[in-house]
Amino acid sequence: MAEKILRKIKLKIWRQENAQSKGYFDTYELENISTDASFLEMMDLLNEHLIMEGIDPVAFDHDCREGICGSCGLFINGRAHGPDNDITTCQLHMRKFREGATIVIEPWRAKSFPVIKDLMVDRSAFDIIQQAGGFITINTGSAVVANTILIDPKSAETAMDAASCIGCGACVAACKNSSAMLFVAAKVTHLANLPQGKPEAKKRAIQMAKKMDELGFGGCSNTGACEVECPKNISISTIATLNREYLSANVDQ
Amino acid sequence: MSGFLSSAIGKKFLMSISGFFLMLFLIVHLIINLLLLADTTGATFNIAAHFMRTNPLVKIIEPLLAIGFLVHICYSFIISITNWRARPIKYEVNNPRENSTWISRNMIYLGILILLFLIMHVINFFWKLRFGEIPEIMVNGELMENTYSLVSGLFINYWWYDVLYILGAIFLGLHLTHGFWSAFQTIGLDNTRWKPRLKGIGIVYTIIITGGFSIIPIYFLIKSYL
Repeated sequence: MAEKILRKIKLKIWRQENAQSKGYFDTYELENISTDASFLEMMDLLNEHLIMEGIDPVAFDHDCREGICGSCGLFINGRAHGPDNDITTCQLHMRKFREGATIVIEPWRAKSFPVIKDLMVDRSAFDIIQQAGGFITINTGSAVVANTILIDPKSAETAMDAASCIGCGACVAACKNSSAMLFVAAKVTHLANLPQGKPEAKKRAIQMAKKMDELGFGGCSNTGACEVECPKNISISTIATLNREYLSANVDQ
Repeated sequence: MSGFLSSAIGKKFLMSISGFFLMLFLIVHLIINLLLLADTTGATFNIAAHFMRTNPLVKIIEPLLAIGFLVHICYSFIISITNWRARPIKYEVNNPRENSTWISRNMIYLGILILLFLIMHVINFFWKLRFGEIPEIMVNGELMENTYSLVSGLFINYWWYDVLYILGAIFLGLHLTHGFWSAFQTIGLDNTRWKPRLKGIGIVYTIIITGGFSIIPIYFLIKSYL
């Protein structure tokens, strides 16, 4: 695709000094943005301008910029990670936007993801859920030992698909209930499908689901918004697996 | 157990189970209603209605059905309130139509419309049959309440009731297009292979329910103009 130049774009960005202060929207204008620029490169350009003008630059999360770390979380024009399916924000390019358009950028909105500053949110709620059971307590040995335990391809594939979750929080951001079900479901499905994770599968499902509720995430309405916005395309069938694990765990208790 | 029923998944489990129960009830209800079209004297429908009123098994299931409705309605509000609280600050710009259907996001509002319909429906028929004075009729030598005249009278004399009942069937149908598959998903009976199948079966079920319940007011509406 040939490069084009967006001569002018408007950015309406959520500004918030810190977690305690009240936020507001501010509007900025940028000129001559290449359609080949990534969205985060455009944000970098904006911040260069803001610094030169003596304005506090816009804080936003970013790290690897190759779609694997899960840091970049922006709600752009009403969608988690912007106007495309199955991508992170760093994989979003300016060719998705039109000349003169106003781009609205907000942080993830959820009670469990409080804003730290501007567009950065505190996603440590995911870490807390993970610590509640998203692990295997036994020593699983080295790669050589692991290779002696055979896993059928279907289970391996299912586990691997779920394991691709990068914990970015787009599922929570996109969900009308700010539910963390897809995240928890991915972790539970990933580990329950592997022989090393199976013995603790039920305990894990109960503890992670309990923690999810405690942290103030909503429930699942099965709208499927999460799987569309998930940059790793994790299926909501994992949520069915979580429900199955959770229900059977409660029967056993 | 109390921990289970207060958990997000547990509450949804109750929605799903009560939903399944109500979906089964709808089939029984529809089969009996379609007997309204069996003959013009209404004898078949009256016999069926009389059977449903006097059968001891139905008497046992009736309170269960009431509980099914109550659980489904009460928990829908409890769940919705929890879900609303999970996002205290709304998005300035939100574009959810890009990732989900309007119906799946608005089940509670469709549910409220169906609830309003249900209240009207209970006042129209159930309340009158149970606590009101119903004209009686001799069918096959047995004296029974003339339920047929109650139904046909309402649908023939008041055209707006026909419209309201068709609207009710449509709202119910919209609710079911998401609810049918969603009930399976919630109890974990779903995977990538079964999702399209269950959604397909759900659409067939919805067409039968909405179509079936709509035919009755349409039939009486046409009859009233003949």
